[in-house]
Amino acid sequence: MLDILKGPVLSIQEFFVLCGRTIKSLGRRPHYFPDLVAQMDIIGVGSLPIVLLCGFFSGVVMALQMSRALRTYGAVTQTGPIVAITLVREMGPVLTSIVVAGRNSAGIASELGSMKVTEQIDAMRALGTDPVQKLVKPRLIATSIMLPCLTVIADFVGLVGGFMIAHFMLSLTGSEYWNGAYRALEYNDVAQGLIKPFVYALVIAMVGCFYGLRTTGGTQGVGLSTTKAVVIAIVWIFVLNAFITQIFVWLAEKGLGLS
Amino acid sequence: MTGHPSTQTAHRDASQEYEILRFEHVTIAFDGDPAIQDISFQIRHGESLVILGSAGSGKTVILKTSIGLLRPESGRVFLFGEDITHRKELDLFDLRARVGMLFQEGALFDSLTIEENVSYPLLNQKTLRCTESEMHNRVEESLRFVELEHTLEKFPSELSGGMRRRVGIARANVTKPELVIYDSPTAGLDPITANNIMALIVKERDLRRATTIIVTQRFQDGQIMAKYRYDREQQNLVAASPADVAGLRLMVMKDGRLVFQGTQQELEQSRDPYISKFVLRH
Repeated sequence: MLDILKGPVLSIQEFFVLCGRTIKSLGRRPHYFPDLVAQMDIIGVGSLPIVLLCGFFSGVVMALQMSRALRTYGAVTQTGPIVAITLVREMGPVLTSIVVAGRNSAGIASELGSMKVTEQIDAMRALGTDPVQKLVKPRLIATSIMLPCLTVIADFVGLVGGFMIAHFMLSLTGSEYWNGAYRALEYNDVAQGLIKPFVYALVIAMVGCFYGLRTTGGTQGVGLSTTKAVVIAIVWIFVLNAFITQIFVWLAEKGLGLS
Repeated sequence: MTGHPSTQTAHRDASQEYEILRFEHVTIAFDGDPAIQDISFQIRHGESLVILGSAGSGKTVILKTSIGLLRPESGRVFLFGEDITHRKELDLFDLRARVGMLFQEGALFDSLTIEENVSYPLLNQKTLRCTESEMHNRVEESLRFVELEHTLEKFPSELSGGMRRRVGIARANVTKPELVIYDSPTAGLDPITANNIMALIVKERDLRRATTIIVTQRFQDGQIMAKYRYDREQQNLVAASPADVAGLRLMVMKDGRLVFQGTQQELEQSRDPYISKFVLRH
């Protein structure tokens, strides 16, 4: 029994050691700004097309699904508020994070994993560079900055998608839809819509880097690390989503929800 | 490439007793399986050490442990006289700046050009930083030494395996380190390219009098180190006298243990069945 637990416990310990070393490296020079900009481009700009597509169509689908139920009760004017709340609180952060996790946790794990198995990480250490500072730090900062930005963009295009359905299929005017959507949102919603992607960004970057840096066993090992990174990152996004949502529900109930 | 020979000889004599690397009963295990066991040896300034052994015998583990890339479970490691056994990663960089290392397959950075790869230690080692023009000159000089000065703008993927290995040698030596470590420099190369690589290593050793450690599976690599020296006048390798290679020692590894330590002559005369087999097989 103890032997079965030993591996996972050791992995968790190593993960937090890496997190600790990364936090320590945040304030230490050098900061490798060109690497940070490159990672922001890869993670942020690179993920933009797929985030736009996913965001837009989730808004479209949500409006379509809701319209049927709302029409039954003659409440189609509530399409805007429902799309806005669902997107900003849940769908935007979670969907965007899952898309970015699938794309970038995999990318980070495979890139770092390939470097590990070809001894480039060791070479880096031998040539005077701390791999945590050079590789992990820029990826963590870049993901933490870009994922909330991508989420805001996904939320907006999702609302535009919802508007398309509301306007062309439910005959709502622009002011009906957008005013409803705007009025429905509270600070609590906006806060969790921004805090969630920030937390998921930490998970995506750290899990990708962790599995990349502990890759062993050649190309097969790289594939395994990539798969593990994506699966673990997505699972943690869902688990943390439940916790963060609970915290904001509790805050709203206590009247501390910034509303 | 180097200073005046007499200056070098004088420098070498003065520092003859200077200890570069020492292993004291070092053991390392991975997941409970020992990779190296109770390894002890020492290398002084100007000496050369050839570590022979079959795949998985622990040769690379010794090299990585020698600059702190791996930590011993027991025993102690001294680099340039300083105990690095439990030293923090960040505190090792200044010592590593005095070491050049060629990894198996070169370990060049895929995303960087050859010039950026070779200049990497000059850019990143705090103690070695120099001006941009000086850096460019040193990179060119180092690449010229391995006859690849025309590849500055290329990427590693555009080079052959042998060329990548030569760039690795240039990168290992661009800082003119006191200790140069070569991890299987000829592995996977055809015999002609392998001999060319060994000729470069002997040339580097003799021109700069750098302390050299090389691990290899090929007995011939040890023979080239032991029987040849670089002649400045002829600009080629010539047969070495025993005095020329007095500082050369060989070690043989078997299943993580050191089974032989001595000169080339002692190695060839050894009656040990494993060593005899190893020597004869190549």
